[in-house]
Amino acid sequence: MSEEFKIEIVNPEKSFLVKEDVSEVVVPAYEGEMGILKDHISIISFLKPGIIKITSKSGNENYYVEDGIVEFKNNNLSILTSSILNIADIDKSKQQNLLKRAEEESVKGEISDQSKYLIDQKIEVLKTLN
Amino acid sequence: MASLDDLKKRIASVKSTQKITKAMKMVAAAKLRRAQESAEKGRPYSEKMNNVILNLSSGISDKENAPKLLSGTGNDKIHLCVVMTSDRGLCGGFNSNIIKKAKSFFSKILSDGKELKIITVGSKGNDQLKRMYGDKIIENISFKESKNANYFDADMVGKIVIDKFESSEFDICTIFYNQFKNVITQIPQAQQIIPLKSEDSEENTLEESYEFEPDEDEILSNLLPKNISTQIFKAMLENSASEQGSRMSAMDNATRNAGEMVDKLTIEYNRSRQAAITKELIEIISGAESL
Repeated sequence: MSEEFKIEIVNPEKSFLVKEDVSEVVVPAYEGEMGILKDHISIISFLKPGIIKITSKSGNENYYVEDGIVEFKNNNLSILTSSILNIADIDKSKQQNLLKRAEEESVKGEISDQSKYLIDQKIEVLKTLN
Repeated sequence: MASLDDLKKRIASVKSTQKITKAMKMVAAAKLRRAQESAEKGRPYSEKMNNVILNLSSGISDKENAPKLLSGTGNDKIHLCVVMTSDRGLCGGFNSNIIKKAKSFFSKILSDGKELKIITVGSKGNDQLKRMYGDKIIENISFKESKNANYFDADMVGKIVIDKFESSEFDICTIFYNQFKNVITQIPQAQQIIPLKSEDSEENTLEESYEFEPDEDEILSNLLPKNISTQIFKAMLENSASEQGSRMSAMDNATRNAGEMVDKLTIEYNRSRQAAITKELIEIISGAESL
């Protein structure tokens, strides 16, 4: 028995990534990091800012996401997200840019506690990137 | 009959118009390919989103406390219509088809004694609706600066709609756009997005037990606003593909018509030229005879 399942990441513009030979995925779910292996129970959750770690036969990949929804069903993992970046593509200046924007957002006065929490989370993740 | 000079000028002007329409057709064709591609690429996202929501809403236990975006406010007094059109003209019946569809919907709402509010996206729709429904238009959004439909713009429209919903400015929201079928056919659509109408819920009733983290309500209330933006984005993509398709076929027709006109005018030109020559010949011959 193979221990592999299928992952599909879609963003509004296109189907971002499709892989058939994934053995493990760690997603930053809303209530903490969640590892998904084959034959996981069907689950729906949403993401907070963080890093998706994909382990597959063809190598490991890391992606930075800001939000999204995960659905796992019949060994199909779908991740819907509006903002996703391959960590390999994020260089120093890009990371600083994102960080700056997030920090600007966090000092803005009129945000709810929930979005404040998400932004803090985002800043923390961005700081660990380099 | 028009003089030879006039005819010549007219032929030249029709020819230059033909050149313009031909160029526009080429541009539209190139843009259409891109727009169609992005419309197709965008489909998985909205489909997946719809699926997840269907699964969620069929699994929701407490229908009464379901989020208002899903179940509605319980009223249907105030209708908000988001009419999505293009910013540019010269695209055949593209804009007027949407407007026609929207207008018939409006008059139905108004004759039912309900209140109507309109948001127009794209300046052409605003121009056409201003005359009849000017007092009903509460907002006009235009994306003249951005070249292609992007999610950021759609999200902005979505946020406006949700803000208005949360301050209970309307009960039911419908969006109007053209669905792209092929280059010749675009179907004007009216899609209700608030409250969410599940189109084929019967097929999707397979009882899959999902685990939710956190609970259903929280996921739904997080998901539904996103879905609004997604639906609007989908409409924008379909619209931009339709616009280019419609422009392409309109310009194709115009080019062909111009060609026909040039042919007709050329025949007329040749005929009158021949007539002038014959007339001159007769004059010369009869002049020579009288000597």
